[in-house]
Amino acid sequence: MSADATGDAYVEFDRVQKSYDGEVLVVKDLNLAMPKGEFLTMLGPSGSGKTTCLMMLAGFETATNGEIRLGGEEINDIPPHKRGIGMVFQNYALFPHMTVNENLSFPLEVRGMGKDERESKVKRALDMVQMGEFGNRRPAQLSGGQQQRIALARALVFDPSLVLMDEPLGALDKQLREHMQYEIKHLHESLGITVVYVTHDQSEALTMSDRVAVFNDGVIKQLAAPSDLYERPENSFVAQFIGENNKLAGTVRALEGDIATIELADGGTCRALAVNCGDVGSRTLISIRPERVIIGAGGDENAATAEVMELIYLGDHIRCRLRVHGNDDFVVKVPNAGDESKELTVGQETTISWHTRDARALDPL
Amino acid sequence: MALPRHASTLERIWHYTYLVICALIFLFLIAPILIVIPLSFNAEPYFTFTDKMLRLDPAGYSLRWYDLLMTFGMGKPDAVRDAAWWADFWANSAWLRAAKNSLIIGFFSTILATALGTLAALGLSRPEMPFRRAIMAVLISPMIVPIIITATGLFFFYSWTGLANTYTGIVLAHATLGIPFVIITVTATLVGFDHSLTRAAASLGATPQTTFFKITMPLILPGVISGALFAFVTSFDEVVVVLFVAAYDQQTIPRQMWNGIREQISPAILAVATILVVISTLLLTTIELLRRRSERLRGLSPG
Repeated sequence: MSADATGDAYVEFDRVQKSYDGEVLVVKDLNLAMPKGEFLTMLGPSGSGKTTCLMMLAGFETATNGEIRLGGEEINDIPPHKRGIGMVFQNYALFPHMTVNENLSFPLEVRGMGKDERESKVKRALDMVQMGEFGNRRPAQLSGGQQQRIALARALVFDPSLVLMDEPLGALDKQLREHMQYEIKHLHESLGITVVYVTHDQSEALTMSDRVAVFNDGVIKQLAAPSDLYERPENSFVAQFIGENNKLAGTVRALEGDIATIELADGGTCRALAVNCGDVGSRTLISIRPERVIIGAGGDENAATAEVMELIYLGDHIRCRLRVHGNDDFVVKVPNAGDESKELTVGQETTISWHTRDARALDPL
Repeated sequence: MALPRHASTLERIWHYTYLVICALIFLFLIAPILIVIPLSFNAEPYFTFTDKMLRLDPAGYSLRWYDLLMTFGMGKPDAVRDAAWWADFWANSAWLRAAKNSLIIGFFSTILATALGTLAALGLSRPEMPFRRAIMAVLISPMIVPIIITATGLFFFYSWTGLANTYTGIVLAHATLGIPFVIITVTATLVGFDHSLTRAAASLGATPQTTFFKITMPLILPGVISGALFAFVTSFDEVVVVLFVAAYDQQTIPRQMWNGIREQISPAILAVATILVVISTLLLTTIELLRRRSERLRGLSPG
């Protein structure tokens, strides 16, 4: 959260709250600062307040409390059409009665730009998304992916320095979505724009963003770079929401430095990194990523016996569901090395282990 | 609607019975309108088909009732049809005057009803609008309340405010009757309107006014025009309110027909009816074409 301290934040939410009915807060005390040129993703389950935040930034919703600042200026009372923020909508929101060219020159026209300048800008924007040939078509004559490119070009054609994207790839199929993710990422890098991106797809958030804000229930649970978010989650919600996660519930018995010794529900003990677990005696949830678990006794510090419950063949790896410390849902990903001697069978008893640094003791859910 | 191969005998019988029933209902609806058209070309002053007409003898048909429509009320209807006759026609023909009145009243009441009805529909479609159902019910009520009640109310209100016997009064009254049609068609169009388009326009820098005229209006225009056509037709064939609030010399086509039926009944009425049927058909065709255009614009069909 370096941007908070430096004070040169471009987009800032300062103690922002939002309530639609005056009783329930959809967004609770939101503080967020992002520097110019950053790609920030708001990630969270539906109803977590991420879209509301985006709409407040765009000006379509008003903040009940708090200040929203853009480039140092408070924008709470500025109507959306005077904010100069580009926006890409989930359903594209292309004007159906206009051709692609007319759609793109609309923002330039309302800015009173001359015809020649408009044409050259529209052409440049269309070329940027490789849609130069489609200027005279109507939106209804384009496929979903093409419409999305046009929507992107329209949000960028008037050179906004901030672009908001509200689940722009939600309606596309998987392959096209992945392709567009890279394209948006490249546009962000080459144009130097600041992007706030909203999605509920965690892999999308991880691939595209500089930083990700994980929302739940109206608050940001963690704001960090993708790798930190995945490898160093600060609380159980983030550990659970980002990627796959094995949970072991227990109670803290001892704390030595940043290492906690935890007594698990079935009586076994485990050592874990004390991240967010409270004092001795408090309940905690240990989080271990599936790929950090070693089959066999390779890990020095923590070993446990495991019974193989289920094996799912996934090509490059085998997803192995085990019973560990009474937890039936302990998942381990075994690389498909082709070594038949190490192959597991359902019902087999084996030993698994993991490093203490890979087990993180977090808050109980 | 073809019968599937596996249809049983009973299904076949029902299939054809169903077609016959449909045809009969269709005939029931359209026959009174269709019968008027040949009868309006009757050479005799009767409302029945003569033997000559049934034999398709050209002598049984004539345009005399259309001619009567033109000459009725003229100073010298039998003079030679030169410039003076046409001037007489333009100035004195009772039906032409009625048509002019109907068009003028229809035009202004349509404009008023369309503007007010569209505004009302736009307001009622906003989610933050309080008491939407109640307000909608009040605005639609002229369509539901028996017209004689509306007319009586208008008569007393207009006598009291001095609007009786004025064109303004008739235009306002007809606008009242037309507004519900505009509200209903425009509301129906707005149901399918994607409100993220207005947000998109705002995010692109358009003021609310620009957004309305460049984005909202073109997309709801088919609904607005359909509503306007309904409002116009409502005004064009309205007789009860006109009988109550119009002055003696403010004849409209329906009122002139009403007079004609009471005073000297003749197939001239049928000639007027035929002309009105043709005009209505043209208007309805326009509505259908507009509906198709709007579907195309919303991307429901490619093109």
